[in-house]
Amino acid sequence: MTVKYTPEHEWIKLEGGGPATVGITVHAQDALGDVVFVDLPEVGRRYGQGEVAGVVESVKAAADVYMPVTGEVTEVNEALRADPSLANSDPLGQGWFFKVKLANPAELEPLMDETAYGEFAKNAS
Amino acid sequence: MTAATQDPPLQRTPLHALHLELGARMVPFAGYSMPVQYPAGLMAEHHHTRDAAGLFDVSHMGQLRLAGPDAAAAFETLVPVDVVDLPAGKQRYGLLLTDEGGIIDDLMFVNRGDDLFVIVNGACKVGDIAHIRERIGSRCQVVPLPDRGLLALQGPKAVHALRRLVPGVDKLVFMTGGAFAWDGGELFITRSGYTGEDGFEISVHESQAQALARALLAQPEVQPIGLGARNSLRLEAGLCLYGNDIDTGTTPVEAGLNWALQKVRRSGGARAGGFPGASRILGQLDGSVPVARKRVGLVALERVPVREHTELQDAGGRKVGEVTSGLLGPTLGKPIAMAYVEAAFASPGTRVNALVRGKPVPMEVSAMPFVPNRYYRG
Repeated sequence: MTVKYTPEHEWIKLEGGGPATVGITVHAQDALGDVVFVDLPEVGRRYGQGEVAGVVESVKAAADVYMPVTGEVTEVNEALRADPSLANSDPLGQGWFFKVKLANPAELEPLMDETAYGEFAKNAS
Repeated sequence: MTAATQDPPLQRTPLHALHLELGARMVPFAGYSMPVQYPAGLMAEHHHTRDAAGLFDVSHMGQLRLAGPDAAAAFETLVPVDVVDLPAGKQRYGLLLTDEGGIIDDLMFVNRGDDLFVIVNGACKVGDIAHIRERIGSRCQVVPLPDRGLLALQGPKAVHALRRLVPGVDKLVFMTGGAFAWDGGELFITRSGYTGEDGFEISVHESQAQALARALLAQPEVQPIGLGARNSLRLEAGLCLYGNDIDTGTTPVEAGLNWALQKVRRSGGARAGGFPGASRILGQLDGSVPVARKRVGLVALERVPVREHTELQDAGGRKVGEVTSGLLGPTLGKPIAMAYVEAAFASPGTRVNALVRGKPVPMEVSAMPFVPNRYYRG
């Protein structure tokens, strides 16, 4: 299992050879506050790395969710759509956003590992 | 690389250390470091204020007194409201106006008998005081009160908590105020606020502000509330946020604040006009000057929050307005907004589309407040 992190505060988890799971980090949900709405990507659509694939909104603010890697969305978390607060209560688990079939696994390589992201998030405002 | 602009350091309210101790997330606001939320979070803080009592630090707001025998008549030349006839002990909402009838700031004032006690928005206070001094400084004393903190205690149980500390405060009704003793000092308390709930605003000397806040937080009903929930509460209550929903480009009539303009200052009234922008504002009131756009409330028919600056369109895709405040109302559980729309789209029930990330979200013009007010009128 590999988990990588983007500078935009998404995490992407690769397990076995299946699609990777994407969500927002503990730091991101904490900065946003209470999440009240998520806009999830279309299943079956292909996104380029860095494209806006969704939106997460707290009562106060909205933030884009970026695609960490190029690939096709295979599934979205309907439970999160129904209960956006899962992004706060379990951001790395039940609060996942979508699954993506990677077009180019090498794109994962330059993303941050947990230690590097921990340092990055500590310094992020 | 260019040299960075040096922003002036953020000011601190008398409760700054207490906010940090309570674990608040601090943000820059109106030149101050202010708590946007505490660990409970915006939603919990919002619901707590609707259900019990929330304590807000609003010490960034401007407090001043206008003193002297001519103060009320002088102040009336700056605002379109009745100051002269306001009885002692009563509070009123007012608006400072540009010469074109735009809104410089909105404010609250109380006739304290020997002066007018005025509270203005934090971000506007320096300009407001300069404006008031320039226009009426020769007719009355304009005395800023920078050594006063301001606390707001809001919610249906606010009175239960406050009367334990300040006996007699329960005798106040909505939009009245009085001086009370507390712990050897003097508080000036009004029964008012900006959440739509029953509650109080308490002006306290800075040396006692933290002790008073701690005493209030020690009451079982009271929790600290940040600016985030203050914003969602005031929007549900249908109240304008200066800088978003009203500014120098909007008149009181466009903003739907006609209720704040008493008859005595309107055409035909005993002291009609005589305030900046009067010809335009009175013309808009009597229909001789057209009102091109109006402030309205909107409720989204889908569960998509619609933020400020979102464009509003008619069914044919023509722009008919713009959202000025918007969020998912925590009490209602649905998206609500304030907006300016062309006058033809201002009637309750009218449908418009908000363009959110390129997609139309249907919204319906709604009467305000979105959540009924629960002021205590005795």
